Amino acid sequence: MTTQPARPAPSGAFEFLTTKKDEFVGWARKFSLFPYPFVTACCAMEFMSVSSTLYDTDRFGAALPRFTPRQSDLLMVVGTVTHKQAPILKKVYEQMCEPKWVIAFGVCATSGGFYQNYAALPGIDKIIPVDLYIPGCPPRPEMVIDGIMKLQDRIARDRHPIINEKF
Amino acid sequence: MSDAVFEQVRERLAGVAGEATVAHGTLALEVEAARLVAVVRTLKDELGFDMFLDVTAVDWPDREPRFDVVWHFYSTRHFVRIRLKARVTLADPTVDTLVPFYGSARYMERECHEMYGIVFRGNDDLRPLLLYEGFEGHPLRKDYPKQKEQPLVPYRDAKP
Repeated sequence: MTTQPARPAPSGAFEFLTTKKDEFVGWARKFSLFPYPFVTACCAMEFMSVSSTLYDTDRFGAALPRFTPRQSDLLMVVGTVTHKQAPILKKVYEQMCEPKWVIAFGVCATSGGFYQNYAALPGIDKIIPVDLYIPGCPPRPEMVIDGIMKLQDRIARDRHPIINEKF
Repeated sequence: MSDAVFEQVRERLAGVAGEATVAHGTLALEVEAARLVAVVRTLKDELGFDMFLDVTAVDWPDREPRFDVVWHFYSTRHFVRIRLKARVTLADPTVDTLVPFYGSARYMERECHEMYGIVFRGNDDLRPLLLYEGFEGHPLRKDYPKQKEQPLVPYRDAKP
């Protein structure tokens, strides 16, 4: 986003700033992610770590988990998903309103990891589309933060339907 | 102390149970599947093995009879464990349920049933526990293909 003060105000604050409409909307959207944590396994520990004070996903506007898929736009699938759970994940995904994004958190959600057997789903992208894969067993908080920032960049570049010839 | 208890078990069950060995501090008894209920009744009512720990099975694909069914019990009075083993065949993998003695056997028998296909005669609830309705085969048998999946949700074929 390009911002420039017109002239320095006595208080040092901006009196106004200029930007482009779509960049402004993108900037607003990328800091208002509402994650729905679909947490099934040991990666939950790393998820707690990355959410809490030390790493603090609040800085990215992605800190307020919604425990209903209808109020959320970012599905974070954290941990192994079994075949028995797959219908639940699919239903949660389908209940979310557009626009929505999906993060596969950890290697099990990404590809099944070392669970290549009768029980585990080999990657959640077999049943739902995934926007971002964060590998690792579990991923380091830095990787998660890097992933969230990459997703934010993508959201900021997207054009929201609100931006049309009338706006 | 455990030796004394094991000796008592050996004496009491001589003739009913088969060979008895001590491995890793646990007494292991071979029993015939038909005599299981009698042995367990004695263990519980007379010898103080009041806690049911687990039931599982071992698959020996090249052996006949093919399966070992393995039970573990614990005595909260003597602080010792005991292991029972019974052999069953692939054609008739049936043993008696222990639910009348230990209520906690109900779930473990369900798990053993779905994973190995052991039938527990008298357990009226052998629905899948960890697996799901419609799963075919028994995944912990040695002849279940290692990577065979039975997905409940059809896979998407499109790559992102």
